[in-house]
Parts: sequence; C-alpha cells; structure tokens
Amino acid sequence: MSNYIDIGAVTDIPIRAARLVKTMHGCIAVFRTATDKVYALDDKCPHKGGPLSNGIQHDESITCPLHNWVFDLNTGMAKGADEGSVRTYDIKLDNGRILINSDAIARAEAAE
Amino acid sequence: MSQKLIIIGAGMASGRLIECLIDADPNAYDITLFNAEPRGNYNRIMLSPVLSGEKTYDDIITHSDEWYAENNVTTIFGEAVTLIDKVAKTVSSKSHTISYDKLVIATGSAPFIIPVAGKDLDGVMAYRDLDDVNNMLAASRKPNANAVVIGGGLLGLEAAAGLKEQGMNVTVLHIAGHLMDRQLDPAAGYLLKKSLEEKGITVHTEGFTKAILGEEEVEAVLLEDGTIYPADIVVMAAGIRPETRLANDAGLRVERGIVVNDAMETSEPDIYCVGECLEHNDQLYGLVAPLYDQAKVLAKTLLGEPAAFTPVEISTKLKVTGCDLFSAGDFLDGDDREEIVFRDAVRGVYKRLILQNNKIIGAVMYGDTADGAWFLQKIKSGEDISDIRDTLIFGPNFASGADADPLAAVAALPLDAEICGCNGVSKGDIMAAIDAGSNTLDAIKANTKASASCGTCSGLVGQVLQMSLGDEFVLPERETVCKCTDLSHDDVRKLIVAKGLKTIPAAMQELQWNTSCGCATCRPALNYYMVCAWPGEYMDDGQSRFINERVHANIQKDGTYSVVPRMWGGITTPDELRAIADAADKYNVPTVKVTGGQRIDLLGVEKEDLPAIWYDLNSAGMVSGQAYAKGLRTVKTCVGKTHCRFGTQDSTGLGIKIEKAMWGAWSPAKFKLAVSGCPRNCAESTCKDLGIICVDSGYQVLVGGAAGLDLLETELLAQVPTEEEAIELTQAFYQLYREGAQYLHRPYKWIAKVGLDWIKEQCVENLENRKALSDRFEYSQQFYRVDPWAERASKGVDAHEYTPLADFTKVAAE
Ligand code: SRM
Ligand SMILES: Cc1cc2nc3c(=O)[nH]c(=O)nc-3n(C[C@H](O)[C@H](O)[C@H](O)COP(=O)(O)OP(=O)(O)OC[C@H]3O[C@@H](n4cnc5c(N)ncnc54)[C@H](O)[C@@H]3O)c2cc1C
Ligand code: SF4
Ligand code: FES
Repeated sequence: MSNYIDIGAVTDIPIRAARLVKTMHGCIAVFRTATDKVYALDDKCPHKGGPLSNGIQHDESITCPLHNWVFDLNTGMAKGADEGSVRTYDIKLDNGRILINSDAIARAEAAE
Repeated sequence: MSQKLIIIGAGMASGRLIECLIDADPNAYDITLFNAEPRGNYNRIMLSPVLSGEKTYDDIITHSDEWYAENNVTTIFGEAVTLIDKVAKTVSSKSHTISYDKLVIATGSAPFIIPVAGKDLDGVMAYRDLDDVNNMLAASRKPNANAVVIGGGLLGLEAAAGLKEQGMNVTVLHIAGHLMDRQLDPAAGYLLKKSLEEKGITVHTEGFTKAILGEEEVEAVLLEDGTIYPADIVVMAAGIRPETRLANDAGLRVERGIVVNDAMETSEPDIYCVGECLEHNDQLYGLVAPLYDQAKVLAKTLLGEPAAFTPVEISTKLKVTGCDLFSAGDFLDGDDREEIVFRDAVRGVYKRLILQNNKIIGAVMYGDTADGAWFLQKIKSGEDISDIRDTLIFGPNFASGADADPLAAVAALPLDAEICGCNGVSKGDIMAAIDAGSNTLDAIKANTKASASCGTCSGLVGQVLQMSLGDEFVLPERETVCKCTDLSHDDVRKLIVAKGLKTIPAAMQELQWNTSCGCATCRPALNYYMVCAWPGEYMDDGQSRFINERVHANIQKDGTYSVVPRMWGGITTPDELRAIADAADKYNVPTVKVTGGQRIDLLGVEKEDLPAIWYDLNSAGMVSGQAYAKGLRTVKTCVGKTHCRFGTQDSTGLGIKIEKAMWGAWSPAKFKLAVSGCPRNCAESTCKDLGIICVDSGYQVLVGGAAGLDLLETELLAQVPTEEEAIELTQAFYQLYREGAQYLHRPYKWIAKVGLDWIKEQCVENLENRKALSDRFEYSQQFYRVDPWAERASKGVDAHEYTPLADFTKVAAE
C-alpha cells in the first residue's frame, strides 16, 4: 500500500501559487488552484527546462515562465500546438493538509 | 423475543434510521436511544431559521417525547455514552450501563475549533446545536454587539446572516480567496460576497486568525495581517470532524471517519454506523441527503436484507435570504473538460456548467438557480447533451433565441456615467444625441465631441449606438484583450473606472468574462489596470503577474535570476561598488555586467538567495532597479555642465531628481528616460520613451522614441524654462500614458493611436490638467515608491516564493 507524507498545510501555498518540494533528484512543484485543489508536477518544462512553479496559473493550467508553453495540471500534457508532457505525482488534500505519495520522493531517488 | 438495539446519538441520521426500522418491522428491535444533547431528534439544518428568528425550536422538532413513547423507543437524553465494551457488548454513560445485541454509532460530527490562542475564552462558540444557537441569541441582545464568524463556508455564512438579522455587527473571516470555496468557483464567490456586503456583513477573505484576544471574555480577533476586529462573540465555523472518539477507544477501524462497508457494517461484528461520523470508500458525508440513504441501507441490514449504499451526486444551497446559489457535482476544470459560462452582470447572474464527454458533470449557479434541479437531474442521469448543447445553459424553458447580451455592461451604466473622459460626455448626452438623429460614430463625434479626442472610448460610444439603434448600427471590428472577453483594452479600462470595479473577479463578473478565471494574457492586464485606477485601495494580485514582477528579479534561461540595483542617474560611489562586489563574492554570482542602462547587473543568482542578497544591497543603501518591471526603468544621464565643457544644465542632477520622484511606478509597459546636457545627446535621449535635452534656455522634453524592436526618433512635446516644470511635465506625460495606454504598449504605440496633438492639449496647453495629472501621479506614488526588495528581505513579504514547502534532500542525506 502506498504511503502519504504530510508536506504542509494547503494554506502554506497562496491561492494560484506554487511551492517546491525538493528531492534528491530534482524539485517537484506543488500547485494550489483557485478552487483549492493541489497538483504536483516536476518543476521542469520539457521544452527548455523552465521552472514551472514560476509560471502563471489559470484554471487548471500553468504557463511556463520562459516561453509560454501551457500545461494541464491534471495530466501534465502540453496544451495547444506544443507537444510534450511533464511528470505528475499523486498528491491529495486531507483536512487542509497536503499529502504527497511517498513514491513521488522515492521514485525521484530511485531514478539514478 | 426482539433483539436489543442501542443507538448512540439522536441526530438527523439516526432519526431517519429509527423511522425506517419501525415502518418495516416495529417489533424487530427493542430500541434504546442515547443522546448527549438534553433533547431528542430535531431538524438540525433548520437551526439557521431559528437563529434568524424565522422559526422557533418547537417548529423544528422532528420526534417528540410522545412519538418515542408511542413507538416504544427508550430514550436516555442529556447523557453522552462514554464507553463501548465490545466484548461484554455493553455501552456505558454516566449513570447507565446497558447491553446490546446490535449497536449503531450515529454520533455525527464535532465542530473543528482552530487551535489559536484565546480559543477557550468565554464567548467563543461553535455552531452545531440548539445550545449554540441559544448562546448566540443571548449575546445578540446586547445593543450594538459585535460578532466575528470564523469560516466562510455554508455554516459560517448562515450563522453570519442570522446574527446580522438579530442586529449584531458581523464580520466573516475566511482563509480562502473566495467564500464557500468548496462549493463555488471564484466568480460565484465574488457575487456572494457582494450580496453579503450589501446586507452589511463585513467579509474578510484570506483572513488568517492569529489569536483571539481577551482576558476572560473574548474582546477581539487579531489576524495575521494585523487587522483587529472587536468581538463580543466568536463563532467557529471552520469545519467539522467526524465524532469518532468512542469508536477509536473501542478499537474499531477509524480513518478520518469510522470505516464502514456498503452495508454500513463497521470492522466489528454487530456494530454499525450511520451519518456524518462514518467514512465510506474514503469519502465523508456532511449533508443530509446521503445520510438518509445510509439510514435506509442500515435499516435493511439490521433487518437481514441485502442492501448497499451507493452515493449519488448531491447539491448545495445556502439558506440565506437574498443569496441565491446552487452548486452540484464537480466544477473544477480539467483537460478533458469543457465549460459553458453565462454571465448577466445586470441581474447579477452567473451560471457555469462543466462538461465531460458531452455529459454535464458539474454546475455552479448564482443569482438565478431556478434551473438547478434540472441540471442536477442531468448530472445524475449522465445523459448525452450534444443535441441541446447550444442552448443548454438557458435551462429547460429555453424557447426563443435568447442569447447572452454583449451590450449588457453598457446598458447597465447609469445615464450620468462618463463615457468620454476627455470631453466630459456622459451616456445620457450620447443617447440624447442619438434621439436627435445622430446615428453614426462620426455624427456623435461631431455633435457631442465624444470620442473626438483620444478616441479610446469609441468602442463604448459604438455600443451605446448599437444599444439604441439595434441592427441599424454595425459596430466596427476591434481587437479584444484575449479570447476570454469580447471587450477591447480601452473598453475594459474605461469600464473598470466607470463601474468602480476593484478586484479581478469583480471585473470578470461585471464585464462578463467568458472563462472562469481568465488566462495568462488578461490577468496581468487587469491587474495593471486596477493598480493604476485604484492606488492605495487595490490589493495587488501577485499571481496575476509575470514571474519577474512577482519576485522582483529577471528570470534567466536556467531558472536563476538577475539582480540589478538602482544607480540613480547612473551615478555610483565606491561604497556601493564595494557592496556590489562583496555581494557578488558572497553569493557566487557568475557574471557581473555593466548594462545598457548605466548600472550593474548581477546575473545568475539562485532564487532562494534573492532575499539575502537584497538584504545586503539594501544595507548599503541600494534599492531595486526594477529592471524587470512594466514600470519605471532607468534614467540615463550624461555628465552635464558640472564637468562637461559643452554642458548647459545639470543633466545628471535632473536625471537623479526624476528617477527619485518616479521610481517604483507601474505602467502599461516599461518606461525609460534619459537626460542629456546638450544637443550632442550623449545620454541618447532621442530614442527613449521620454528624453530631455538641456539647452541654454531650458529643457526640451521629447517623447515617443524607440530603440528596441522598432526604431523611432522622439518628437518634441514641449520646451519648458525650469527644472520644476520639466519634472512636472514628465510626470504628467507618464500619468497620461499610465491611465490611457493599453497593456504592453510602449508610449510610441499609444501616441500613434491618440496623436501627439491630443497629448499636447492634455499636458502642455492645459496647465491645470498638467498639474492634475502630475498630482494624481504623486498620489499614486505614495503607495508604490516603496522598495519591493526591502519588503521581502526584511519584512518577510511573499516568503513562500523563496523557501521550499518541504525539503527531502536533507532527510535523505542522513
Ligand atoms: C540587462 C540588459 C542588457 C545589458 O546587459 O545591457 C537587458 C536585458 C534584457 N532585456 Fe533589454 N536589456 C537592457 C537594455 C535594453 C535597452 C537599452 C537601454 O535601456 O538603454 C533596450 C533598447 C531600448 C528600449 O527599451 O526600447 C532594450 C530593449 C529590450 C526589448 C525590446 C523592447 C521594445 O519595446 O522594443 C526587450 C523585450 C521586451 O521588453 O519585450 C528587452 C528585454 C530584455 C530582457 C528582460 C529579456 C527578458 O524578458 O528576459 C533581458 C533580461 C536579461 C536578463 O536575463 O537579465 N529589452 N533593452 C539591459 C538592462 C538595462 C537596465 O539597466 O535596466
Ligand atoms: C446550522 C446547520 C445547518 C445545516 N444546514 C444543512 C443543510 O441546509 N442541508 C444539509 O443537507 N445539511 C445541513 N447541515 C448538516 C446536517 O445537519 C448534518 O449533516 C446532519 O445533522 C448530520 O446528521 P448525523 O445524524 O450524522 O449527526 P447529528 O445530527 O449531528 O447528530 C449526532 C448526535 O449525536 C450526539 N452525540 C455525539 N456523541 C455522542 C455520545 N458519545 N453519546 C451520545 N450522543 C452523542 C450529538 O449530541 C448529536 O445530537 C447543517 C448543519 C448545521 C449545524
Ligand atoms: S538583446 Fe536583450 S533580450 Fe536579446 S539576448 Fe540580449 S539581453 Fe536578451
Ligand atoms: S522552457 Fe518552458 S516554454 Fe520554454
């Protein structure tokens, strides 16, 4: 069974903002939407590595700060004409706490 | 012989359970009902009408003492069960220990009391049962008493409305950005807030309670942002938690709630559960409709019949008079989902449907919820709506071709609303001219002067024409801000001011945006228009800014940042240079570069190091150079008459004065200046947004240059005799540009649109207006001439940007 790790309160992330979870092998961006949903994606744009946590969020999409590719937070897929995808991680909210699947961190560690 | 059934908790769920059991087989069980409250089942959801005075307790009793007696239910009220002994099969309260064959736990929920200092003071209460309501009513009898409600969800808002009805001054604190964030999207939340405010309730969103103040009794509530609200009572409506203590102690399987299977059996034989205290398939339930279904299922289980609980979509309504809202299903966006949004700003109506694979999966409505049930039905049935999709949002009664009205925003303006600011022409004036026979834009221009000057209101004038003349008038095509709206930048700017719109959700609602929260194009534009229109009032929305303006540095291709401190007029000192050098060493800055703007750029700084490097630069007296801003950038200067043999005036000194007066200001696009000491023009004044060339007789103020994507020479705005006038004219020009240009247009583009002659009329010929513009700029500068670096380096603003939420690199390293 998978384990979840408590990484903070949903209110630690301002609305429509993102914060980082650092792992041994890269950063995961955790997004909070206007409707209080949370998403976790690699903080690395497949185009040229832009830090997605720094983009502008709208609805459930994020626009990369470097060259404006837009990704769906649900699937990590690029929208519109661009092609590519960002890895997403299992994350959920429980009573205002953000829980990330420990595999997310373990995977990043197993990656080497 | 009938079996002994004990039920713990006389709430909404167990009330229904008992009815179902007795209906099916009155003799199957010998029922004993415990309740912690000193009373039996009543309709908890009608507590709000009791609080507001519309109903009394007697009106909401569902099961009276007589009813229990007639149906042979033994009641033990006013006594909480404190122990379940699952081996001996008994339950105990203070004065009873009773054995059971079957046990039902129906303990409902406990209010969540947020763990802040002062939570135990007298006057802090929850909103859960009749006693709470009585306490609130008692408090409201004191004249002019203050109530603070923590929590802007369903419960909190009902409490707030009830307390307001009772004459209290009510403030609602809500941590999210909009009310009822679990049920509503931001647009509907905005409308709800608006109608509560119209009732006189104060709503503070993003209000984080820091402490409840008072000695013994509560006196006030202190928020993290320093706001203090006086309070005679504090109502905690911040959420509920399943009441699982008994089950926990008894060793039943409990996650968030008491875990049950489809038949409502807990992990323990002969122990069952129903209501808010249970968890089924990872799901909790907090509304009565599903609890009633659970009660039916459990009655069957208890009677030995197979039954399974299957949750269905439920909808929410708020029982506050005048706040008509409806929400059902899943209303979040997603890749495979589409939305249909309908807004009618005039009537304050907002409807949004979420579709997936041609089925409705969610609906949010505010203002007109008449069709709620119809949509809920469609969500439940999951029927394919492709055939009726075009007219779906208009509901079941859709007959004619009624369509969202693009002219609604203009129609809603009062007659005295100013449409043309340059010439002071109101909507009423334009309508009068139309009545008198003017039926084209040109005729209106000629007869009223509306849109005869800068022309940015021609879109609105056209809409007034269209509204009055209908199909006879065809609006010229124009560029909209983005796909989220049918309005142009000019229209949006004017309507924000005319309608007094002071938040982005307000603008999106009132201007009938057709997406729920905009996009990366319109949000930064709206944010700027608000910053410009409402200095000191508007709360800047960082999440609507591009990253550079959000973190006050320029993002680099590798995700690091560059840091450029101001160097006023290009002048620096050995101390500043030493501090820059020290900072470059300390933070391992890979590149130190002299920029084209006469200052020094530290490139390649890690985001996490930004506050620290700013702190060091601040300590040496330097502030942000705003090299990232759609705002005032640099003022380049040449050495001028202090040193140069050709210099006519103190160009360096003037440049520094201008930069010190104007730094920190935001504008539609970046704004760069230069001051040269003579026409040799060593500061390159003739290709700037505004350049000054000093001459013997004064100062030539030049505007509209470009040296980036386009190359353009400036044109003369005016020559003025004194430094003071040069500064005032510079500020007046900047303000005119700030108030008029569309987002991302540099001045030269704006000038091409409105014409230099018009600009001269505004700030050269009309001295009074020049002064007024410059005053407005000064007013705005009180709020924006603030170093954003210091705010972040020393005051902790936006700390979340620079620190990770969690760091597993250190843990794993051990
Ligand atoms: C640092 C600097 C180059 C340098 O090493 O000298 C620079 C660097 C950038 N310029 Fe520039 N510009 C710099 C002076 C200029 C100048 C010259 C000047 O200001 O005297 C110009 C031409 C004058 C003008 O503004 O018209 C200039 C015209 C541009 C343009 C084209 C603007 C236009 O409207 O045509 C852009 C693109 C834009 O803004 O959209 C741009 C954009 C940029 C950005 C911000 C690109 C970006 O969006 O990331 C560069 C950031 C680099 C970085 O990673 O930090 N930069 N840029 C100069 C900073 C000056 C300062 O001290 O603030
Ligand atoms: C003000 C208000 C307005 C609401 N409005 C709506 C609405 O409009 N629509 C809607 O669907 N829902 C509404 N709800 C929610 C709804 O009331 C609940 O979902 C429902 O009451 C839960 O039923 P329950 O039987 O699980 O628990 P409850 O009704 O809370 O009953 C549980 C009972 O168990 C008792 N108890 C707890 N522990 C023990 C113990 N150890 N021993 C003995 N007794 C114990 C409690 O005292 C309580 O009386 C509202 C709730 C409130 C408070
Ligand atoms: S000219 Fe400006 S925008 Fe282009 S690479 Fe150089 S710094 Fe970057
Ligand atoms: S790196 Fe993200 S769009 Fe280029």
